[in-house]
Amino acid sequence: MTEGRWRVEVDGATCIGSGLCVGTAPDHFELVKDTSHPINELVEPAEAVRDAAESCPVEAILVRNAATGEVVAPEQ
Amino acid sequence: MTTAGEARTYPFSEARGLELDPTYRALRDEQPVARVRLPYGGEGWLATRYADVKTVMSDPRFSRAATVGKDIPRTTPARQQGTTILSMDPPEHSRLRKLVAKAFTARQIERLRARAQQVVDELLDRMAEQGPPADLVEGLALPLPITMICEMLGVPFDDRDRFRAWSDQLLGVTAFTAEEIEQARAEFRAYLAGLIEQRRRTPSDDMLGVLVQARDEDDKLTEDELVDFGITLLVAGHETTANQIGNFVYTLMANPEQLAKLRDNLDLVPSAVEELLRFIPLGNSAAFARVAVEDVELGGVLVKAGEAVLVSTASANRDAQVFDNPDQIDLERQDNAHVAFGHGVHHCLGAQLARLELQIALKSLLTRFPTLRPAVPIEEMVFKQGRLVRGLSALPVAW
Ligand code: HEM
Ligand code: SF4
Repeated sequence: MTEGRWRVEVDGATCIGSGLCVGTAPDHFELVKDTSHPINELVEPAEAVRDAAESCPVEAILVRNAATGEVVAPEQ
Repeated sequence: MTTAGEARTYPFSEARGLELDPTYRALRDEQPVARVRLPYGGEGWLATRYADVKTVMSDPRFSRAATVGKDIPRTTPARQQGTTILSMDPPEHSRLRKLVAKAFTARQIERLRARAQQVVDELLDRMAEQGPPADLVEGLALPLPITMICEMLGVPFDDRDRFRAWSDQLLGVTAFTAEEIEQARAEFRAYLAGLIEQRRRTPSDDMLGVLVQARDEDDKLTEDELVDFGITLLVAGHETTANQIGNFVYTLMANPEQLAKLRDNLDLVPSAVEELLRFIPLGNSAAFARVAVEDVELGGVLVKAGEAVLVSTASANRDAQVFDNPDQIDLERQDNAHVAFGHGVHHCLGAQLARLELQIALKSLLTRFPTLRPAVPIEEMVFKQGRLVRGLSALPVAW
C-alpha cells in the first residue's frame, strides 16, 4: 500500500538547526551539520512526523500525501 | 587532580556578575562529563562540551519526564512538577507544544515587529523626558517583554506588579524559602485560574483564550496543564529577555569599543544579538537535569539508566571546538550556532520573540541615545543574587 504514504521535505535553507524535529521524531529526522534532513523521504503516516512539522519554529518541514501532493502538515 | 569517581560540589561558586567560572573550561578539556554533587538530590553528571550538551538535549534516551517528583540532583529544594511543558517528553510534550507553536513561528513573530517598535519608542520617549539619568531595567528591559507577552497571552498589563513578584519567587534558588516559593506558586495559580474563568464566561482570541478552547472543546490538555502553561508562558516570556536586555547593555558598556562599533554600524545588530546570547551566561548554573532511561555512553563515561545529567549551555557556548576565540566577543561572528536557546524538543518556544525584542531594544537605544554610558562606575552595578538567572537589580544610564 503506497497511496497512504507521506513525502517529507526539509527546506535546508530555512532550517535553523533547533533540533526540535530530531527530538520529536528521532526515527524520521537527523541533523547533519546543523541542518535537518528526513531520514527517509517516503514514510508511513506517523503522528511524530506531523508533530515535528507542526512544531518547527521556522516552518521548514513540509509533509505531503505522496500520491496526491496534498499538504498534511503544517496546517495553514 | 580529581578522579572520575570523586564528585565536585556544584554549582562551583556563587556567580559573580556575568563571569563564567573557569572550572567549566578545565572540565571541557579534562573531564567533559564529570561527577557533581548538588545541594539537593545528591550526585549526577555534568556535561560541559558543545557536542555532549546537544546530545543530552536532543537524544530521547535522556528524559525530562523521568525527573518528575523524584529526588534528583538539583539546585532548588522543590522537586520537578509534572504538569509543565519543560517536564514532559514527546508525545505529551508535542501535544502541548503544538497548541501554541504556530503563534511563535518566525513568520508570526515578524508580524509583531511594528508593535514591538512602538512599545520601545514610547518607553524611550519616557526615559528621555525623565532623564538622564534613568534606570534601564525599569525603563526598558522589564516593560518591553512584559508588554509583549501580556498582549499575546491576554494578561492585563496592569497586574504586572503582582505577577512579577510571583515570577521572581518562582525563579528563586536561595533568595527565598521553600514556603515562600510554594506560596507564590499557589497565588500565581489562583490568579491564572481567574483569568481562565473569565474566558469561560467571555471567550477571547488571545493565547489564553485559545488554550481554554483547546481544553474545553477538544480536551487537548488538563486543567492543571492549562494553568501551568499560562504560568510558564508568562514567566519564561519575560524574565529571561528582561534580564538579557540589561545584561546586553551592561556588557556593551563594559566594553566601550564594542559599544562604539555597534553604534557606528547598526547593521551588525542581528549578529551582535546572537553573539551576546552566546557569550553571556544567563543561567547562574546548569539547572534542570535530564535522566538517562537506558545506559548511554557519553563523552567517555557510561551514564547508567536512572542517573541524572545536567548540561551547561553557557559552557557549550564557549567550546573552542566550535567557536574561534570563544572567550572573546565578536559582534560580527558568522555561523554562530550557539545553544543559548537550548536544543531539541525543548528548544526555546519564544526564541524568535526574544530575538525580535532584543534586536529592536538594542537598535533603538543606540539610535536614540548615541552617547549612552553608565551613570555610575560600571563596577558598582549590582546584580541580583540567589536566582536561577543573572540580571541587574538596576542599570543606571546617562546620555
Ligand atoms: C533571551 C531570552 C530567552 C532565552 C535565553 C531563553 C532560553 C531558553 C532555553 C535555554 C530553553 C530550554 C530549556 C531546557 O531545555 O532546559 C527555553 C525553553 C522555553 N522558553 Fe525560552 N528563552 C528566552 C525567551 C523566551 C521567551 C520570550 C518566551 C516566550 C514565551 C520563552 C518561552 C519558553 C518556553 C515555553 C520554553 C519551554 C519549551 C518546551 O519545553 O518545549 N522563552 N528557553
Ligand atoms: S524543527 Fe525545523 S528548524 Fe528545527 S531542526 Fe527541524 S527543520 Fe530545522
